[in-house]
Amino acid sequence: MTSIVQTENLTVEYGSVTAVDNVNIKINQGEILGIVGPNGAGKTALFRAILGLQPYRGRVTLFGQDHTMRKHLLPFIGYVPQKMAFEPTFPATVFEVVSMGIISKRTVRGAELIRRGEFRPVSLSRESSGDAERVAKSLEAVGMDHLADRRIGSLSGGEQQRAFIAQSLVRDPLLMILDEPVTSMDVESQAAFYSILRRANRDHGITVVVSLHDLEMLKEHSDRVACMNCQLCYHGDTETFFADEDCLRMYTEASMQAHLNTHHHDHEGGA
Amino acid sequence: MAIACLCSFVGCFLVMRRLALFGDGIAHVAFGGIAAGLFAGVYPLWTAFAVSILGSVVLQRLRSVAHIPGEVAVAITLVSGLSAGVILTSMSGGFTVDLFSFLFGSIILVSTEDMTIILAVSSGVALTLAALYRKLLFISFNEEMARMSGINTVALNYLFVALAAVTVVTSMRLTGILLITALIVLPTISAVRFNRSFRTTLMISAALSSSSVIVGIFLSYVLDWAPSGTIVMLLVTILVAVHLAYRVVSPARRLAAVRQPQ
Repeated sequence: MTSIVQTENLTVEYGSVTAVDNVNIKINQGEILGIVGPNGAGKTALFRAILGLQPYRGRVTLFGQDHTMRKHLLPFIGYVPQKMAFEPTFPATVFEVVSMGIISKRTVRGAELIRRGEFRPVSLSRESSGDAERVAKSLEAVGMDHLADRRIGSLSGGEQQRAFIAQSLVRDPLLMILDEPVTSMDVESQAAFYSILRRANRDHGITVVVSLHDLEMLKEHSDRVACMNCQLCYHGDTETFFADEDCLRMYTEASMQAHLNTHHHDHEGGA
Repeated sequence: MAIACLCSFVGCFLVMRRLALFGDGIAHVAFGGIAAGLFAGVYPLWTAFAVSILGSVVLQRLRSVAHIPGEVAVAITLVSGLSAGVILTSMSGGFTVDLFSFLFGSIILVSTEDMTIILAVSSGVALTLAALYRKLLFISFNEEMARMSGINTVALNYLFVALAAVTVVTSMRLTGILLITALIVLPTISAVRFNRSFRTTLMISAALSSSSVIVGIFLSYVLDWAPSGTIVMLLVTILVAVHLAYRVVSPARRLAAVRQPQ
C-alpha cells in the first residue's frame, strides 16, 4: 500500500533557523496520525512544506506522486491552519465560508493519479448532490447547522475552527491536516471536535493528521504518533510511544525547555 | 445606474482586500491615459482603458513580486500616471475643458457613444464577476487557502485588478477622477454594517449607490449643484446614518440575543 504522504530528508529553514531537520515521515491511508512536539518544534512548518506553501529541501511524495503533481492533488486534501487569517469584519456567513471550499476543481489528471495509487475516494454526501446540500451536510457533520447564517467574525474561536473544518470537509478530502485545532476551544467543544474527527475517519475513511499538545487525547484518539522537536524523535504506534519512557521523558523535557524559552525571550517560534 | 452597481460590486471585493484606494490610484493613472489620448487625437476613453489596465497590472506586480504593501503600490502608480498626464497636458498646451470634465465628472456631457461603451463594458465586467464570484470570494477571504484549493490565484488577481481598472475608467465620466473612490468605498462600508451575508451585502451596496446616483442627479438639477459632489455627499450621509442606526440597533439586538435561551 502506498502512503498518502511520505517525506524524505525534509528540511525547512527560516533564515538561519532550522525549523524542520531531516524529517522522514509516513502517513498511511485510513489512520489518525497525531503529531506532538513543543511550541516551535516545526509542526506547522512540516505541514506547510508538505502542502507546498513553504520552500523546503528533500522530497515530498503525495499520493505516491512527486511534487510536480502537487497542484492536481491538493484539492483532495483539507487543511485547517492553527489560525486562519481573515478580515474580522469580512461580511460572509458561515454558510458562505463553507461553500468557498467547494470550488476546488479537481482535474481529470488528479482523479486519475488518485485511482492509480489505489486510494479510495471519499464522499461525505454519498452521491453528487447540489452545492447547498453539500454545505449543509458538512455543517451538520461539525454540528454547526444552527449557526449557518451567522457572520464568521461573530463566532467564538472554537466555532470558527469548526466552520473551517466544515470548509475543508465539503470537498470530500481523502486527507485532512489539522494544525492544533483545539487550542482555542473550551472543553466541551474539544469533546465535540474529537467525535467529529473519529466519525470523519471511521465513517468516511478520511485519513487525519492532527497536531496536539494533549497527551491524554493523543493516547485516546490516534492510531500512530509522530513526536518531533525539529528532528523526528519518535514515529510509530501510539501504544509503543506511551510505553517508551525515554521517548516520553524526551518530549516532556523538550516541552518544558520550549516553555521556559518562550517565557524568557517572549519569542513565538513557528510552531 | 449600471456604473453605480458595478462600482459597488467591485468595491466590495476591493475593500475586503484592503485595496480601498485602488480606484483613486487607477483613476489618476487613467488621467495619464486620457491626456495621452487627447494629445494623440485618439478617443480618450480607449487610451484610458489601455493605460489603466497596464497600471493595474503594474500595481499588482508591485504587490505580489516586489512585496510592496497595497497602499504604497497605489501611491507609486498614482503619481506615475498623474505626472505623465501633467507632462502630456503641458505639452499639448494646458488644460482643456474636456480634461476638466474628466477630473470632476460631467454626467450631462455623456454622449451616446460614451453611453454605448459604458453599457457594453459594464455588462461585460458584471458577467465576468458573476462567473468568478466564488473564486473571487475565496481569494478575498484567504488567498493562501484559495491557492491551496487549486485556484490559480496569480491569474485571478491580475484579471481582477484589470476588471477593476476597467470599472474605474467607465465610472470616471460620472464622478470624475477625484471622487471615484467614493463610489467604490462608501456603499460597501455602509452595506457591511447591515450584518448580512456577502451576497446580500453586495446587493445592499448596489442598491444604496444606485439610489444615491439617481437622487443625487435629481437634486443637483433642482438645486443647481455639481452632480458628482451631490452624489458623493449623499453617500457620505447614508454612511453616517447607517453607522448611527447601527449603534442604536446593535445593543438592543445583543440584549435580545442574551435573553433568548440557547
